[in-house]
Amino acid sequence: MLDRIIHAQHTLNEACTRLDRPITIMEVCGTHTVSIFRSGIRSLLPERVKLLSGPGCPVCVTDQGYIDTVMQLADRDDCLIATYGDMIRVPGSHGSLETRASRGNVKVVLSSEDALQLARENPGKNVVFIAVGFETTTPATAVVVKEAAAEGIQNFFALSGHKLVLPAMRALLSGMNDRIDAFLCPGHVSVIIGSGAFAEIVQNYLRPCVVAGFEPVQIIEALAEISHQLAAGRAELKSLYGAVVTERGNLAAQNIIAECFAPVDGYWRGLGKIGKSTLALKEQYGRFDAFRRFGLEDAPGKDRSGCRCGEVLCGLIEPVQCPMFGTRCTPQTPVGPCMVSSEGTCSAWFKYGRRK
Amino acid sequence: MCLAVPARIVELDQDRAIVDAMGNRWKAKTTLLPEAKLGDVVLVHAGFAISLVDEEEAKKTWELFAEIENFEQTRNKVSG
Repeated sequence: MLDRIIHAQHTLNEACTRLDRPITIMEVCGTHTVSIFRSGIRSLLPERVKLLSGPGCPVCVTDQGYIDTVMQLADRDDCLIATYGDMIRVPGSHGSLETRASRGNVKVVLSSEDALQLARENPGKNVVFIAVGFETTTPATAVVVKEAAAEGIQNFFALSGHKLVLPAMRALLSGMNDRIDAFLCPGHVSVIIGSGAFAEIVQNYLRPCVVAGFEPVQIIEALAEISHQLAAGRAELKSLYGAVVTERGNLAAQNIIAECFAPVDGYWRGLGKIGKSTLALKEQYGRFDAFRRFGLEDAPGKDRSGCRCGEVLCGLIEPVQCPMFGTRCTPQTPVGPCMVSSEGTCSAWFKYGRRK
Repeated sequence: MCLAVPARIVELDQDRAIVDAMGNRWKAKTTLLPEAKLGDVVLVHAGFAISLVDEEEAKKTWELFAEIENFEQTRNKVSG
């Protein structure tokens, strides 16, 4: 393993001698963010290679409007909220799900299957599954919506805030952040969509895209590959995560997403409205759509006062540039989602050192 | 949230599986990976197998998890 690290570092250093400017590589996966910080990779990189965390943490990119809609549903006596744990402490404009949990109508689930089970066990309640996450997580929602349809379950609803990674990458490159030279592409999103999905970013924007897993050595190797390409003036698509990622991805998962969901315009924290970037349940499964059932609209919300998570998510500022970072906003007293989620950039900076 | 763990399928009844990683066992479904068989090592995300994993790769991840767990325990001790 040591020889792999030495080889990657050699490639990085060699690339830097050929580069006539510093380079910026963005990762768009919360699990990468955490792995990079936890392993101290940033401290191993040459001065000229800068890492930026992008919109890769699903909870963080979820717009405040969606969060407030969740709170509105949690305040209803006829609803039982089923949510992944990541969402529980995210502050809405008035309190979080955690502050509402004492009423007994908020349940943390580890799987969408558990949410559907809650609906079976609580026929008197409308069980609303807080369906957030990127392509990795979306198929699990699709499976249970289909199960609910097959079983004729009447009291299960999904509030879909599922997001697509590629539209966010396009939005960033189309003027929002012109400092991004390349992407470290998400490993488990790629399991579903396939590494080939990033070819359009390489072709249309001439940015290297390298898919990597979460083992620190593989991440360093990916950064070395990207630096090497940039130094050579090339932009190519490469996957180092062949152990689980194929070029075409998981077709069964892609098919079930396409069967249940359609891309619609959606709101992102920091990135604003992005065309065809969010997944809504198709007409055929409309009766399981929580927005429709409760007459709600997926409208943009207002970020909490002073919170700069939006700029952090676009890679426009680093967490330490936010005046609240580490003072008013800490993992114990989070103001914005990037400090709440274990995968959030601010949380990673806070926990694993504010070194580089 | 996209965290996924490699685990071995130790029981399989249609698309309902029991998976095992480092002695921890839990329920998962193979709906999204119809080709999965008993004994396969699969990547499990939020209760669903999403990909086959080769044995070597799984071993590396399991070792990494064990290391992180040790690290977290040490850190907790230090911070009291």
